[in-house]
Amino acid sequence: MTTRFFGAPVKRNEDRKLLTGQALFIDDVELPGMLHAAFLRSQVAHARIKRIDVSRARAVAGVVAVYTADDFGAYWHPGPLLVMPPPIAGIVFNARTQVPLARDKVRHVGEPLAIVIAESRYIAEDALDDILVDLEELPAAVDLEAALQEDAATVHDDLGSNVASHVRQTKGGDYRGAAARAALVLKRRFRYEHGISSPIETRGVVAQWNARGGQMTIWDTTQAPVFIRNGLAAMLGLGERQVRVIAPFVGGGFGPKIMMFYPEEVTLPWISMRLNRPIKWIEDRLEHFFATTHERGQIHDAEIALDGNGRILGIKDVFLHDTGAYNPYGLTVPINSQCTLLGPYVVPAYDSTFTSVFTNLPIVTPYRGAGRQHGVFVIERLLDLAARELKIDPAEIRRRNLIPPDAFPYEQEIIYQDFHPLSYDSGNYEPVLDKALAAIGYKEFLAHEQPKLRAEGRCVGIGMACYVEGTGIGPYEGAKVQVQANGKVSVVTGIGTQGQGHFTSFAQIVADQLGVDVTDVDIVTGDTDQFYWGAGTFASRGAVVAGNAISAAAQAVRQKALKLAADSFECAEEDLVVADGKVSITGIPEKFIRLGELAQRANPMRGAVKPGTEPGLESTQYFGPPSSSTANGVHAAIVEVDPETFDLKILKYVVVHDCGTVINPMILEGQIHGGVAQGIGNAFYEKLAFDDQGQLLNASLADYLLPTALEVPRMVLDHTVTPSPLNPLGIKGAGEAGAIPVGPVIAQAIENSLELNGKTIELLEIPLSPSRLFELTRDGGA
Amino acid sequence: MQPEQHEIELIVNGTSYRRAVEGRLLLSDFLRHDLLLAGTHVGCEHGVCGACTVLLDGAPVRSCLMLAVQANGHELATVEGLAANDELHPIQKAMHQHHGLQCGYCTPGILMTMTAFLGENPEPSEDGVREALSGNLCRCTGYQNIVDAMLDAAKAMKTAAP
Repeated sequence: MTTRFFGAPVKRNEDRKLLTGQALFIDDVELPGMLHAAFLRSQVAHARIKRIDVSRARAVAGVVAVYTADDFGAYWHPGPLLVMPPPIAGIVFNARTQVPLARDKVRHVGEPLAIVIAESRYIAEDALDDILVDLEELPAAVDLEAALQEDAATVHDDLGSNVASHVRQTKGGDYRGAAARAALVLKRRFRYEHGISSPIETRGVVAQWNARGGQMTIWDTTQAPVFIRNGLAAMLGLGERQVRVIAPFVGGGFGPKIMMFYPEEVTLPWISMRLNRPIKWIEDRLEHFFATTHERGQIHDAEIALDGNGRILGIKDVFLHDTGAYNPYGLTVPINSQCTLLGPYVVPAYDSTFTSVFTNLPIVTPYRGAGRQHGVFVIERLLDLAARELKIDPAEIRRRNLIPPDAFPYEQEIIYQDFHPLSYDSGNYEPVLDKALAAIGYKEFLAHEQPKLRAEGRCVGIGMACYVEGTGIGPYEGAKVQVQANGKVSVVTGIGTQGQGHFTSFAQIVADQLGVDVTDVDIVTGDTDQFYWGAGTFASRGAVVAGNAISAAAQAVRQKALKLAADSFECAEEDLVVADGKVSITGIPEKFIRLGELAQRANPMRGAVKPGTEPGLESTQYFGPPSSSTANGVHAAIVEVDPETFDLKILKYVVVHDCGTVINPMILEGQIHGGVAQGIGNAFYEKLAFDDQGQLLNASLADYLLPTALEVPRMVLDHTVTPSPLNPLGIKGAGEAGAIPVGPVIAQAIENSLELNGKTIELLEIPLSPSRLFELTRDGGA
Repeated sequence: MQPEQHEIELIVNGTSYRRAVEGRLLLSDFLRHDLLLAGTHVGCEHGVCGACTVLLDGAPVRSCLMLAVQANGHELATVEGLAANDELHPIQKAMHQHHGLQCGYCTPGILMTMTAFLGENPEPSEDGVREALSGNLCRCTGYQNIVDAMLDAAKAMKTAAP
């Protein structure tokens, strides 16, 4: 097999459709007789529902039906717990999952109370104003620490407190002993708020019940169509074969589109069966701020113990995690924080405890990074502060603590989000650090440029941070690769796609195996009628898990093609070449059979076949990694802060990373660019501003500031390759890497930029902003 | 009570349309759901994200901030009209070459904004491109490849121009 495509920056197959406006997104689904849904959502965060009167709304011309929770009868049921708590000794976990429509109580602003179904979206939204709701407002649990006080309002009354979970994990020796031996013990409180993913396409659902055929078709902006199909079939009392879920082109996901059984996903199909008409719901941007899940914040009280050379002896961390009003996604986010805090470093003793807290705020589920940011911020900031205290260069203190290359697989003992003891499969960290420092010009900047700039009165600083990311988790994905009679290759897989370039990277894997052009490989993702099994696109796993399944299926098809051709030519398979869409005899290019011809022969119309023959030139294969593969990287930045306005300008941004074998470096770079942009938004611009009653004060894109082309700098990227031993292609995931370490990089660089005249400040929180920097420098030591 | 309908007549991508619409119908909804020109995307419905940008008599406008009746008698251009037959517009080609799109949802608005911008600024600087692009939000790409695509497209358009 020659590799012409794998590893090359192949231009994307999917671009043409997207560039010409021909790609099908959810709101482009138009069906005859389609109705439109609008949801009445709670405007308060916490209240008892006394009465909902929909009679006036039902009478509005063009309104077909109005539903409240009671109308759903036995169908009304809290959603499933999507991720069970991992097997950790002594764990406390109270599952409370979201409901289709609020009944008895509302627990966050935006929780749906009623649904209007009408002939147009305009009429449906108008009729929401004709629903009378009588709520008895309750005090809201918003602040994490206050929510744990005895007198706090309880989000779930039956629990008696707002503790959603409590988990302690330890690694290695005992922390207290380490601290007693330490030359330096540093303790700080850190606050890290992650924001909302805010894809430019909001969520949407279209449900179409075909009563004659007994078939339910659901178009859904989901990252996990197979689970949606299975879940909805069970809820609706249908067989899985009666339900088809299609995730069409999806306009960005970043995590929250995998939250399953959102109220809109559950209610629309049921209503479509009752009304026997298709129904569409498209989330508007205001709804998106409440109805789609967030990630939000944690408060860490963290302590690090080091010897006099800056080597870590131990870390102790106690943190609170905001899970919002429900916790359907289990412990994924705080477990990621807990595990990722260990970073690429040797930490001989680790003692980490978290309490996940119910609040009267929208639900928290993973958003790109999925809690890893929080952990990385804590360890990286601790190292920065320790470096300052011990008078060691920040890059040097990191270097001294890196896990050495001969220590892999490196066992971290504590349980990761995939339920396995955390183990780093492979890595070589120091070259990544070296490359990043060289690319940013670390020594040169500190020795020459910065003093010069400071002399001019400019506040310019440098920051860098390391991170690891557990990627490509199980359970599994599958794919069917099929050569068609026209010689084109069809690949179908169960995961959804939201812009990751799967139509191209997957095609590259197949093209080399089958000797066809990338443009002759047609990829279908996210249609449960095309491929039946799968888990979904999350945790930087698409390329790792589906990619390897596709590779295995393509190899099997290649073997079939060789066998068929060898039989036909009466030669050995070793004497054949697969290239240019045909199988030919080595050295005799005129002796060939086209793949399409072989596909036709593999499905004979008459005659007998040999026992065990499977028709078609096709194969279905599955792949499940034994555990996650660990990618790593270093980001570095030079920033300038305006000392009067505290406006931030990023002058240079460097990312060096190692995600194992690379399928398409162009697509990979795009993923890194986008991740860094989201990280910059998180670090400096995006803040969900709630008041003490759980009202979001900036629920518009004019007030919640996504970075624009003016805020995101040009980036310099480089990479190293340490293949993963856990999958045949050696791939590690890369989808989240760009977003993870930006917070500590920016915080360190800003601190460094403001270190004028020996004044120091400590930035222990994210997001920062000009106004927050002003407050911190005024209140702090600066 | 039936809402009052208004007769409007307009040209979209060179084709004349005559329709009766409600006064409150947004131009974005009219294009997408009445004319089935669904390439124009809606991202925020409050004029910030720029995904719904179309050209009104050659100038970029947010179609979510306009009513269909306001477009009466005007000439519109949407993403569907950018490619001439099968030949992609230089801006579309450059976006493909530079990997300027990922999920592609914001792309139509960016293409329309930048078509107008490059038409008026045939030799833009990177800062100029970034400024022009800053009214269009993209959550996937980090903008760098879009900026490079536009700088490249400007060159290609200049070469192609007589």
